[in-house]
Amino acid sequence: MLKLEGVSGGYGAVQVLRGFSLEVPPGQVTCLMGRNGAGKTSALRAIMGQLRLSAGSITLNGQALHSLPAEEVPKTGIGYVPQGRRLFGPLSVQENLTIGLMTRRRGADQLERVLTLFPRLRERLTQRASTLSGGEQQMLAIGRALCLEPSVLLLDEPSEGLQPSMVALIRETVLRLKAEGVATLLVEQRAETVLALADQVAFVSAGAVAEVFARESLTKDHPAFGRWVGI
Amino acid sequence: MNRALALHLIVVAALAAGIFLLPVYHATNLARIMVLAVFAMGYNLAFGYTGLLSLGHAMFFAAGMYAAGLGITLGGWPAGLALLAGPLAGGALALAAGALALRTAGVSFMIVTLMLAQAGYLTILYYTPITRGEEGFVLAQGLRRIGAFDLSQDLNRGLFALGLFTAGLLLSLALVRARFGRIMVAMRENEERSRMLGYNPFTVKLAVMGISGAYAGAAGAAYALLFGSVGASFGAIAFSILPLLWVLLGGAGTTLGPLLGAGLMFYLTDIASSYTSAHQFVVGAALLVLVLFAPRGILGALRERGLKWLP
Repeated sequence: MLKLEGVSGGYGAVQVLRGFSLEVPPGQVTCLMGRNGAGKTSALRAIMGQLRLSAGSITLNGQALHSLPAEEVPKTGIGYVPQGRRLFGPLSVQENLTIGLMTRRRGADQLERVLTLFPRLRERLTQRASTLSGGEQQMLAIGRALCLEPSVLLLDEPSEGLQPSMVALIRETVLRLKAEGVATLLVEQRAETVLALADQVAFVSAGAVAEVFARESLTKDHPAFGRWVGI
Repeated sequence: MNRALALHLIVVAALAAGIFLLPVYHATNLARIMVLAVFAMGYNLAFGYTGLLSLGHAMFFAAGMYAAGLGITLGGWPAGLALLAGPLAGGALALAAGALALRTAGVSFMIVTLMLAQAGYLTILYYTPITRGEEGFVLAQGLRRIGAFDLSQDLNRGLFALGLFTAGLLLSLALVRARFGRIMVAMRENEERSRMLGYNPFTVKLAVMGISGAYAGAAGAAYALLFGSVGASFGAIAFSILPLLWVLLGGAGTTLGPLLGAGLMFYLTDIASSYTSAHQFVVGAALLVLVLFAPRGILGALRERGLKWLP
Protein backbone atom coordinates (compact mmCIF):
# COMPACT_ATOMS: atom_id res chain seq x y z
CA MET A 1 0.00 0.00 0.00
CA LEU A 2 1.33 3.42 -1.02
CA LYS A 3 0.29 5.96 1.58
CA LEU A 4 0.61 9.75 1.65
CA GLU A 5 -0.25 11.32 4.99
CA GLY A 6 -0.54 15.08 5.48
CA VAL A 7 2.08 15.80 2.81
CA SER A 8 2.98 19.47 2.47
CA GLY A 9 5.74 20.87 0.34
CA GLY A 10 6.63 22.82 -2.76
CA TYR A 11 9.26 24.55 -4.79
CA GLY A 12 11.28 26.98 -2.68
CA ALA A 13 8.95 29.39 -0.94
CA VAL A 14 5.96 28.30 -3.04
CA GLN A 15 3.84 25.73 -1.21
CA VAL A 16 1.94 23.53 -3.69
CA LEU A 17 0.90 20.59 -1.51
CA ARG A 18 -0.97 21.41 1.67
CA GLY A 19 -1.79 18.35 3.75
CA PHE A 20 -2.16 15.90 0.85
CA SER A 21 -3.37 12.50 2.09
CA LEU A 22 -4.16 9.47 -0.07
CA GLU A 23 -4.01 5.68 0.05
CA VAL A 24 -3.25 3.71 -3.11
CA PRO A 25 -4.27 0.10 -2.49
CA PRO A 26 -2.22 -2.67 -4.10
CA GLY A 27 -3.47 -3.97 -7.42
CA GLN A 28 -5.97 -1.18 -7.90
CA VAL A 29 -6.19 1.86 -10.16
CA THR A 30 -6.44 5.18 -8.35
CA CYS A 31 -7.14 8.24 -10.48
CA LEU A 32 -6.24 11.79 -9.55
CA MET A 33 -8.42 14.50 -11.06
CA GLY A 34 -8.46 18.24 -10.59
CA ARG A 35 -7.96 21.56 -12.28
CA ASN A 36 -4.59 22.72 -13.61
CA GLY A 37 -2.33 23.74 -10.74
CA ALA A 38 -4.33 21.74 -8.19
CA GLY A 39 -1.24 19.70 -7.21
CA LYS A 40 -1.71 16.38 -9.06
CA THR A 41 1.70 16.31 -10.75
CA SER A 42 3.32 17.71 -7.62
CA ALA A 43 1.91 14.79 -5.63
CA LEU A 44 3.58 12.34 -8.04
CA ARG A 45 6.83 14.31 -7.85
CA ALA A 46 6.64 14.25 -4.06
CA ILE A 47 6.33 10.45 -4.12
CA MET A 48 9.41 10.28 -6.37
CA GLY A 49 11.42 12.50 -4.01
CA GLN A 50 11.54 15.41 -6.44
CA LEU A 51 9.63 17.83 -4.25
CA ARG A 52 10.92 19.12 -0.93
CA LEU A 53 8.49 18.17 1.84
CA SER A 54 7.88 20.46 4.80
CA ALA A 55 5.49 18.08 6.57
CA GLY A 56 3.89 14.66 6.28
CA SER A 57 5.06 11.22 5.29
CA ILE A 58 5.05 8.95 2.24
CA THR A 59 5.34 5.20 2.77
CA LEU A 60 5.23 2.11 0.59
CA ASN A 61 4.29 -1.03 2.51
CA GLY A 62 5.51 0.69 5.67
CA GLN A 63 8.86 1.80 4.21
CA ALA A 64 9.38 5.56 4.44
CA LEU A 65 10.03 7.00 0.98
CA HIS A 66 10.21 10.65 1.98
CA SER A 67 13.57 10.17 3.72
CA LEU A 68 15.20 8.43 0.74
CA PRO A 69 17.37 10.16 -1.89
CA ALA A 70 15.36 10.52 -5.11
CA GLU A 71 17.46 7.92 -6.96
CA GLU A 72 16.65 5.29 -4.31
CA VAL A 73 12.86 5.63 -4.64
CA PRO A 74 12.58 3.69 -7.95
CA LYS A 75 14.50 0.82 -6.36
CA THR A 76 11.68 0.34 -3.82
CA GLY A 77 9.38 -0.66 -6.67
CA ILE A 78 7.84 2.55 -7.98
CA GLY A 79 7.82 3.33 -11.68
CA TYR A 80 7.14 6.86 -12.88
CA VAL A 81 6.04 8.00 -16.32
CA PRO A 82 6.09 11.79 -16.28
CA GLN A 83 4.07 14.08 -18.45
CA GLY A 84 5.81 14.61 -21.78
CA ARG A 85 7.48 11.14 -21.66
CA ARG A 86 11.07 12.45 -21.44
CA LEU A 87 12.80 9.67 -23.29
CA PHE A 88 16.50 9.54 -24.04
CA GLY A 89 16.09 10.62 -27.65
CA PRO A 90 19.46 9.63 -29.16
CA LEU A 91 19.33 6.14 -27.65
CA SER A 92 17.54 3.27 -29.35
CA VAL A 93 14.34 1.70 -28.05
CA GLN A 94 16.32 -1.24 -26.71
CA GLU A 95 18.84 1.02 -24.99
CA ASN A 96 16.08 3.05 -23.35
CA LEU A 97 14.58 -0.15 -21.99
CA THR A 98 17.93 -1.55 -20.92
CA ILE A 99 18.67 1.55 -18.86
CA GLY A 100 15.45 0.85 -16.99
CA LEU A 101 16.44 -2.80 -16.48
CA MET A 102 19.89 -2.07 -15.14
CA THR A 103 18.91 -0.29 -11.95
CA ARG A 104 17.09 -3.25 -10.48
CA ARG A 105 19.32 -5.75 -12.24
CA ARG A 106 16.40 -7.28 -14.12
CA GLY A 107 17.24 -9.35 -17.11
CA ALA A 108 15.80 -10.69 -20.31
CA ASP A 109 12.60 -11.96 -18.65
CA GLN A 110 11.46 -8.50 -17.71
CA LEU A 111 12.40 -7.11 -21.13
CA GLU A 112 10.40 -9.91 -22.74
CA ARG A 113 7.42 -9.07 -20.54
CA VAL A 114 7.54 -5.45 -21.69
CA LEU A 115 7.89 -6.43 -25.35
CA THR A 116 4.95 -8.82 -25.02
CA LEU A 117 2.91 -5.97 -23.59
CA PHE A 118 3.98 -3.64 -26.41
CA PRO A 119 4.71 -5.75 -29.52
CA ARG A 120 5.17 -2.56 -31.56
CA LEU A 121 8.34 -1.83 -29.56
CA ARG A 122 9.79 -5.19 -30.57
CA GLU A 123 9.58 -4.07 -34.21
CA ARG A 124 11.38 -0.82 -33.35
CA LEU A 125 14.14 -2.09 -31.06
CA THR A 126 17.01 -0.53 -33.00
CA GLN A 127 15.19 2.68 -33.86
CA ARG A 128 16.12 5.90 -32.08
CA ALA A 129 13.55 6.93 -29.49
CA SER A 130 13.33 10.46 -30.90
CA THR A 131 12.07 9.10 -34.22
CA LEU A 132 9.08 7.21 -32.76
CA SER A 133 5.51 8.46 -33.08
CA GLY A 134 3.86 10.04 -30.05
CA GLY A 135 2.00 6.85 -29.19
CA GLU A 136 5.09 4.69 -29.57
CA GLN A 137 7.04 7.10 -27.39
CA GLN A 138 4.39 6.76 -24.70
CA MET A 139 4.58 2.97 -24.97
CA LEU A 140 8.34 3.19 -24.57
CA ALA A 141 8.06 5.54 -21.58
CA ILE A 142 5.66 3.11 -19.87
CA GLY A 143 7.78 0.13 -20.93
CA ARG A 144 10.90 1.71 -19.50
CA ALA A 145 9.15 2.30 -16.18
CA LEU A 146 7.91 -1.31 -16.21
CA CYS A 147 11.50 -2.53 -16.61
CA LEU A 148 11.91 -1.56 -12.96
CA GLU A 149 9.28 -4.24 -12.24
CA PRO A 150 7.27 -1.83 -10.11
CA SER A 151 4.53 -2.74 -7.68
CA VAL A 152 3.19 0.80 -8.09
CA LEU A 153 3.13 2.70 -11.39
CA LEU A 154 2.67 6.47 -11.49
CA LEU A 155 1.29 7.75 -14.80
CA ASP A 156 0.98 11.47 -15.44
CA GLU A 157 -1.57 12.11 -18.18
CA PRO A 158 -0.36 9.27 -20.43
CA SER A 159 -3.07 9.75 -23.05
CA GLU A 160 -2.46 13.48 -23.52
CA GLY A 161 -2.17 14.37 -27.21
CA LEU A 162 -2.57 10.79 -28.46
CA GLN A 163 -4.92 9.46 -31.13
CA PRO A 164 -7.92 7.39 -29.95
CA SER A 165 -6.36 4.02 -30.86
CA MET A 166 -3.33 4.79 -28.69
CA VAL A 167 -5.52 5.97 -25.83
CA ALA A 168 -7.37 2.66 -26.04
CA LEU A 169 -4.06 0.78 -25.99
CA ILE A 170 -2.92 2.61 -22.88
CA ARG A 171 -6.23 1.88 -21.16
CA GLU A 172 -5.84 -1.77 -22.04
CA THR A 173 -2.28 -1.73 -20.68
CA VAL A 174 -3.37 -0.28 -17.36
CA LEU A 175 -6.02 -2.99 -17.02
CA ARG A 176 -3.54 -5.74 -17.88
CA LEU A 177 -1.11 -4.41 -15.28
CA LYS A 178 -3.93 -4.32 -12.77
CA ALA A 179 -4.64 -7.97 -13.53
CA GLU A 180 -0.97 -8.68 -12.81
CA GLY A 181 -1.29 -6.98 -9.42
CA VAL A 182 0.38 -3.65 -10.22
CA ALA A 183 -1.19 -0.65 -8.48
CA THR A 184 -1.54 2.43 -10.68
CA LEU A 185 -1.81 6.05 -9.64
CA LEU A 186 -3.06 7.82 -12.73
CA VAL A 187 -3.37 11.54 -13.32
CA GLU A 188 -6.08 11.92 -15.95
CA GLN A 189 -8.33 14.68 -17.23
CA ARG A 190 -10.80 12.60 -19.31
CA ALA A 191 -13.81 11.49 -17.30
CA GLU A 192 -14.56 8.57 -19.62
CA THR A 193 -11.03 7.17 -19.18
CA VAL A 194 -11.29 7.56 -15.42
CA LEU A 195 -14.65 5.84 -15.30
CA ALA A 196 -13.34 3.01 -17.49
CA LEU A 197 -10.24 2.35 -15.39
CA ALA A 198 -10.51 3.58 -11.84
CA ASP A 199 -11.26 1.63 -8.70
CA GLN A 200 -11.22 4.89 -6.80
CA VAL A 201 -11.09 8.54 -7.84
CA ALA A 202 -9.47 11.28 -5.76
CA PHE A 203 -10.32 14.88 -6.60
CA VAL A 204 -7.49 17.28 -5.86
CA SER A 205 -7.89 20.97 -5.13
CA ALA A 206 -5.52 23.56 -3.67
CA GLY A 207 -2.78 21.04 -2.94
CA ALA A 208 -4.91 18.51 -1.04
CA VAL A 209 -7.30 15.66 -1.73
CA ALA A 210 -10.76 17.20 -1.49
CA GLU A 211 -12.91 14.10 -1.99
CA VAL A 212 -12.41 10.40 -2.71
CA PHE A 213 -15.04 8.24 -4.38
CA ALA A 214 -15.22 4.54 -5.07
CA ARG A 215 -15.81 3.93 -8.79
CA GLU A 216 -19.21 2.42 -8.14
CA SER A 217 -20.52 5.65 -6.66
CA LEU A 218 -19.52 7.78 -9.68
CA THR A 219 -21.36 8.38 -12.92
CA LYS A 220 -20.42 10.69 -15.77
CA ASP A 221 -22.87 13.34 -14.58
CA HIS A 222 -21.80 13.17 -10.94
CA PRO A 223 -21.56 16.72 -9.52
CA ALA A 224 -17.99 16.06 -8.27
CA PHE A 225 -16.71 16.36 -11.86
CA GLY A 226 -18.22 19.81 -12.19
CA ARG A 227 -17.17 20.87 -8.72
CA TRP A 228 -13.49 19.84 -8.88
CA VAL A 229 -12.64 19.57 -12.57
CA GLY A 230 -15.12 21.89 -14.26
CA ILE A 231 -16.43 19.24 -16.66
CA MET B 1 33.47 -7.74 -36.77
CA ASN B 2 30.94 -4.92 -36.94
CA ARG B 3 31.41 -1.90 -39.16
CA ALA B 4 32.00 0.56 -36.31
CA LEU B 5 34.96 -1.44 -35.00
CA ALA B 6 36.18 -1.99 -38.55
CA LEU B 7 36.13 1.77 -39.20
CA HIS B 8 38.14 2.43 -36.06
CA LEU B 9 40.72 -0.18 -37.01
CA ILE B 10 40.98 1.30 -40.50
CA VAL B 11 41.63 4.73 -38.97
CA VAL B 12 44.34 3.26 -36.75
CA ALA B 13 45.89 1.48 -39.75
CA ALA B 14 45.86 4.75 -41.74
CA LEU B 15 47.59 6.56 -38.89
CA ALA B 16 50.19 3.79 -38.68
CA ALA B 17 50.83 4.13 -42.39
CA GLY B 18 51.20 7.89 -41.92
CA ILE B 19 53.91 7.40 -39.33
CA PHE B 20 55.97 5.31 -41.73
CA LEU B 21 55.21 7.08 -44.99
CA LEU B 22 54.91 10.79 -44.23
CA PRO B 23 57.89 13.17 -44.25
CA VAL B 24 59.39 13.75 -40.79
CA TYR B 25 57.71 17.14 -40.35
CA HIS B 26 54.23 15.76 -40.96
CA ALA B 27 54.93 12.50 -39.08
CA THR B 28 55.90 14.59 -36.06
CA ASN B 29 52.74 16.64 -36.46
CA LEU B 30 50.76 13.41 -36.65
CA ALA B 31 52.28 12.21 -33.37
CA ARG B 32 51.40 15.53 -31.76
CA ILE B 33 47.84 15.36 -33.13
CA MET B 34 47.37 11.83 -31.79
CA VAL B 35 48.49 12.86 -28.30
CA LEU B 36 46.24 15.93 -28.39
CA ALA B 37 43.41 13.71 -29.66
CA VAL B 38 43.77 11.57 -26.52
CA PHE B 39 43.27 14.76 -24.52
CA ALA B 40 40.23 15.57 -26.66
CA MET B 41 38.84 12.02 -26.36
CA GLY B 42 38.82 12.37 -22.59
CA TYR B 43 37.14 15.75 -22.93
CA ASN B 44 34.60 14.23 -25.29
CA LEU B 45 33.59 11.61 -22.73
CA ALA B 46 32.77 14.39 -20.28
CA PHE B 47 31.30 16.95 -22.67
CA GLY B 48 30.14 15.05 -25.74
CA TYR B 49 28.66 12.01 -24.03
CA THR B 50 27.78 13.21 -20.53
CA GLY B 51 27.07 16.90 -21.15
CA LEU B 52 29.68 18.22 -18.71
CA LEU B 53 30.93 21.45 -20.27
CA SER B 54 34.19 21.84 -18.37
CA LEU B 55 36.44 24.83 -18.90
CA GLY B 56 39.15 23.43 -16.68
CA HIS B 57 40.58 20.40 -18.44
CA ALA B 58 43.95 22.09 -18.96
CA MET B 59 44.68 21.51 -15.29
CA PHE B 60 44.32 17.75 -15.73
CA PHE B 61 46.59 17.80 -18.78
CA ALA B 62 49.10 19.93 -16.87
CA ALA B 63 48.82 17.65 -13.83
CA GLY B 64 49.87 14.68 -15.95
CA MET B 65 52.58 16.69 -17.66
CA TYR B 66 54.11 18.00 -14.43
CA ALA B 67 53.72 14.67 -12.61
CA ALA B 68 55.78 13.06 -15.35
CA GLY B 69 58.21 15.95 -15.85
CA LEU B 70 58.92 16.67 -12.19
CA GLY B 71 58.92 12.95 -11.42
CA ILE B 72 61.83 12.58 -13.81
CA THR B 73 63.75 15.77 -12.98
CA LEU B 74 63.18 15.88 -9.22
CA GLY B 75 62.30 12.31 -8.34
CA GLY B 76 64.68 10.60 -10.73
CA TRP B 77 61.89 8.35 -11.96
CA PRO B 78 62.36 6.22 -15.05
CA ALA B 79 60.30 7.33 -18.07
CA GLY B 80 57.92 4.35 -17.80
CA LEU B 81 56.97 5.25 -14.24
CA ALA B 82 56.60 8.91 -15.20
CA LEU B 83 54.18 7.94 -17.97
CA LEU B 84 52.09 5.93 -15.52
CA ALA B 85 52.00 8.86 -13.11
CA GLY B 86 50.31 11.03 -15.74
CA PRO B 87 46.85 9.40 -15.83
CA LEU B 88 46.95 8.85 -12.08
CA ALA B 89 47.65 12.53 -11.40
CA GLY B 90 45.12 13.74 -13.98
CA GLY B 91 42.45 11.32 -12.78
CA ALA B 92 42.98 12.09 -9.08
CA LEU B 93 42.88 15.84 -9.66
CA ALA B 94 39.75 15.47 -11.81
CA LEU B 95 38.03 13.50 -9.05
CA ALA B 96 38.91 16.20 -6.51
CA ALA B 97 37.83 19.01 -8.83
CA GLY B 98 34.69 17.09 -9.79
CA ALA B 99 33.74 16.53 -6.16
CA LEU B 100 33.59 20.31 -5.82
CA ALA B 101 32.39 21.40 -9.24
CA LEU B 102 29.65 18.77 -9.64
CA ARG B 103 27.74 20.35 -6.78
CA THR B 104 26.85 22.89 -9.45
CA ALA B 105 25.46 22.52 -12.96
CA GLY B 106 25.29 24.37 -16.27
CA VAL B 107 26.95 27.77 -16.36
CA SER B 108 27.98 27.49 -12.70
CA PHE B 109 29.82 24.26 -13.49
CA MET B 110 31.68 26.00 -16.30
CA ILE B 111 32.69 28.86 -14.03
CA VAL B 112 33.78 26.64 -11.15
CA THR B 113 35.93 24.45 -13.42
CA LEU B 114 37.39 27.58 -15.03
CA MET B 115 38.16 29.02 -11.62
CA LEU B 116 39.79 25.80 -10.40
CA ALA B 117 41.91 25.59 -13.55
CA GLN B 118 43.00 29.19 -13.11
CA ALA B 119 43.96 28.38 -9.51
CA GLY B 120 45.99 25.45 -10.85
CA TYR B 121 47.68 27.67 -13.42
CA LEU B 122 48.55 30.28 -10.79
CA THR B 123 49.90 27.52 -8.56
CA ILE B 124 52.31 26.49 -11.32
CA LEU B 125 53.44 30.13 -11.62
CA TYR B 126 53.67 30.55 -7.83
CA TYR B 127 56.08 27.65 -7.61
CA THR B 128 58.21 28.93 -10.48
CA PRO B 129 61.47 27.94 -8.73
CA ILE B 130 60.34 24.32 -9.13
CA THR B 131 58.10 24.43 -12.21
CA ARG B 132 60.07 27.11 -14.11
CA GLY B 133 56.76 28.91 -14.69
CA GLU B 134 55.93 30.20 -18.16
CA GLU B 135 59.42 29.44 -19.38
CA GLY B 136 59.02 25.77 -18.50
CA PHE B 137 61.76 23.21 -18.74
CA VAL B 138 63.10 20.70 -21.18
CA LEU B 139 63.44 17.00 -20.52
CA ALA B 140 66.84 15.90 -21.72
CA GLN B 141 66.85 13.33 -24.49
CA GLY B 142 68.62 10.75 -22.34
CA LEU B 143 65.83 10.85 -19.76
CA ARG B 144 63.14 10.03 -22.31
CA ARG B 145 63.85 6.33 -22.76
CA ILE B 146 61.92 3.25 -21.75
CA GLY B 147 64.74 0.74 -21.65
CA ALA B 148 66.25 0.84 -25.12
CA PHE B 149 63.16 2.53 -26.59
CA ASP B 150 64.11 6.17 -27.18
CA LEU B 151 60.92 8.24 -27.13
CA SER B 152 62.67 11.25 -28.63
CA GLN B 153 63.48 9.37 -31.81
CA ASP B 154 61.06 10.25 -34.65
CA LEU B 155 59.74 6.79 -35.48
CA ASN B 156 59.53 5.69 -31.84
CA ARG B 157 57.68 8.89 -30.98
CA GLY B 158 55.13 8.18 -33.67
CA LEU B 159 54.73 4.55 -32.62
CA PHE B 160 54.29 5.44 -28.97
CA ALA B 161 51.74 8.15 -29.81
CA LEU B 162 49.92 5.64 -32.01
CA GLY B 163 49.87 3.06 -29.21
CA LEU B 164 48.51 5.57 -26.72
CA PHE B 165 45.94 6.84 -29.20
CA THR B 166 44.81 3.33 -30.14
CA ALA B 167 44.43 2.33 -26.50
CA GLY B 168 42.49 5.52 -25.77
CA LEU B 169 40.27 5.14 -28.82
CA LEU B 170 39.39 1.49 -28.25
CA LEU B 171 38.78 2.12 -24.56
CA SER B 172 36.57 5.06 -25.45
CA LEU B 173 34.66 2.95 -27.99
CA ALA B 174 34.20 0.13 -25.49
CA LEU B 175 33.08 2.56 -22.82
CA VAL B 176 30.43 4.33 -24.89
CA ARG B 177 29.08 1.05 -26.21
CA ALA B 178 28.90 -0.48 -22.75
CA ARG B 179 25.98 0.00 -20.39
CA PHE B 180 27.86 2.75 -18.63
CA GLY B 181 28.04 4.64 -21.91
CA ARG B 182 24.23 4.52 -22.21
CA ILE B 183 23.95 5.92 -18.71
CA MET B 184 26.34 8.73 -19.65
CA VAL B 185 24.11 9.68 -22.58
CA ALA B 186 21.02 9.38 -20.38
CA MET B 187 22.60 11.86 -17.94
CA ARG B 188 23.31 14.27 -20.78
CA GLU B 189 19.80 13.98 -22.18
CA ASN B 190 17.79 14.15 -18.98
CA GLU B 191 19.44 14.03 -15.59
CA GLU B 192 16.19 14.19 -13.66
CA ARG B 193 14.71 11.27 -15.63
CA SER B 194 17.87 9.24 -15.04
CA ARG B 195 17.51 9.83 -11.33
CA MET B 196 13.90 8.59 -11.58
CA LEU B 197 15.24 5.35 -13.01
CA GLY B 198 17.47 4.93 -9.99
CA TYR B 199 20.80 6.45 -11.05
CA ASN B 200 22.76 8.87 -8.90
CA PRO B 201 23.86 11.66 -11.26
CA PHE B 202 26.66 12.84 -8.97
CA THR B 203 28.28 9.40 -8.82
CA VAL B 204 28.01 8.81 -12.56
CA LYS B 205 29.36 12.26 -13.47
CA LEU B 206 32.17 12.03 -10.93
CA ALA B 207 33.24 8.70 -12.43
CA VAL B 208 33.22 10.27 -15.90
CA MET B 209 35.26 13.24 -14.65
CA GLY B 210 37.83 10.82 -13.22
CA ILE B 211 38.11 8.88 -16.48
CA SER B 212 38.23 12.09 -18.50
CA GLY B 213 40.94 13.52 -16.24
CA ALA B 214 42.96 10.30 -16.57
CA TYR B 215 42.86 10.67 -20.38
CA ALA B 216 44.02 14.29 -20.08
CA GLY B 217 46.76 13.32 -17.64
CA ALA B 218 47.95 10.48 -19.88
CA ALA B 219 48.11 12.91 -22.82
CA GLY B 220 49.99 15.47 -20.72
CA ALA B 221 52.58 12.93 -19.58
CA ALA B 222 52.99 11.60 -23.11
CA TYR B 223 53.41 15.10 -24.49
CA ALA B 224 56.17 15.81 -21.97
CA LEU B 225 58.01 12.59 -22.74
CA LEU B 226 57.57 12.62 -26.52
CA PHE B 227 58.30 16.28 -27.18
CA GLY B 228 60.48 17.01 -24.18
CA SER B 229 58.83 20.22 -23.04
CA VAL B 230 56.93 21.03 -19.87
CA GLY B 231 55.48 24.49 -19.28
CA ALA B 232 52.78 26.51 -17.56
CA SER B 233 51.13 27.45 -20.86
CA PHE B 234 49.71 23.92 -21.01
CA GLY B 235 47.75 24.75 -17.86
CA ALA B 236 46.44 28.12 -19.12
CA ILE B 237 42.84 28.81 -20.00
CA ALA B 238 43.48 28.63 -23.75
CA PHE B 239 44.45 25.01 -23.33
CA SER B 240 41.08 24.34 -21.68
CA ILE B 241 39.22 25.91 -24.58
CA LEU B 242 41.11 23.98 -27.26
CA PRO B 243 39.72 20.50 -26.52
CA LEU B 244 36.23 22.00 -26.54
CA LEU B 245 36.85 23.44 -30.00
CA TRP B 246 38.40 20.21 -31.31
CA VAL B 247 35.44 18.19 -30.08
CA LEU B 248 32.91 20.68 -31.45
CA LEU B 249 34.65 20.69 -34.82
CA GLY B 250 35.00 16.91 -35.13
CA GLY B 251 31.65 16.06 -33.60
CA ALA B 252 30.73 15.96 -29.92
CA GLY B 253 29.56 12.54 -28.84
CA THR B 254 31.35 10.70 -31.64
CA THR B 255 34.39 8.55 -30.89
CA LEU B 256 36.42 9.69 -33.89
CA GLY B 257 35.38 13.35 -33.70
CA PRO B 258 38.20 14.34 -31.32
CA LEU B 259 40.89 13.06 -33.74
CA LEU B 260 39.29 14.75 -36.70
CA GLY B 261 38.79 18.02 -34.84
CA ALA B 262 42.30 18.08 -33.36
CA GLY B 263 43.85 17.25 -36.74
CA LEU B 264 41.88 19.79 -38.73
CA MET B 265 42.38 22.56 -36.19
CA PHE B 266 46.10 21.79 -35.93
CA TYR B 267 46.62 22.08 -39.68
CA LEU B 268 44.25 25.01 -40.05
CA THR B 269 46.29 26.94 -37.49
CA ASP B 270 49.56 25.73 -39.02
CA ILE B 271 48.63 26.75 -42.55
CA ALA B 272 46.98 30.04 -41.54
CA SER B 273 49.99 31.05 -39.46
CA SER B 274 52.25 30.65 -42.47
CA TYR B 275 50.24 33.37 -44.27
CA THR B 276 49.25 35.75 -41.49
CA SER B 277 50.05 36.53 -37.88
CA ALA B 278 46.29 36.82 -37.35
CA HIS B 279 45.85 33.08 -37.75
CA GLN B 280 43.43 32.92 -34.81
CA PHE B 281 41.09 35.08 -36.88
CA VAL B 282 41.08 32.43 -39.61
CA VAL B 283 40.41 29.71 -37.04
CA GLY B 284 37.58 31.76 -35.55
CA ALA B 285 36.01 32.29 -38.97
CA ALA B 286 36.21 28.56 -39.68
CA LEU B 287 34.46 27.83 -36.40
CA LEU B 288 31.72 30.31 -37.23
CA VAL B 289 31.12 28.54 -40.53
CA LEU B 290 30.99 25.25 -38.68
CA VAL B 291 28.47 26.47 -36.13
CA LEU B 292 26.28 27.86 -38.91
CA PHE B 293 26.35 24.85 -41.24
CA ALA B 294 27.22 21.83 -39.07
CA PRO B 295 26.38 22.64 -35.46
CA ARG B 296 26.89 19.02 -34.44
CA GLY B 297 30.39 18.93 -35.90
CA ILE B 298 31.59 17.09 -38.97
CA LEU B 299 30.96 13.53 -37.83
CA GLY B 300 27.82 14.60 -35.99
CA ALA B 301 26.48 15.97 -39.29
CA LEU B 302 27.42 12.74 -41.10
CA ARG B 303 25.67 10.71 -38.44
CA GLU B 304 22.57 12.82 -38.82
CA ARG B 305 22.62 12.44 -42.59
CA GLY B 306 22.84 8.70 -42.92
CA LEU B 307 25.75 7.18 -40.99
CA LYS B 308 23.55 6.44 -37.99
CA TRP B 309 25.79 3.59 -36.90
CA LEU B 310 28.72 5.94 -36.16
CA PRO B 311 29.44 5.57 -32.43
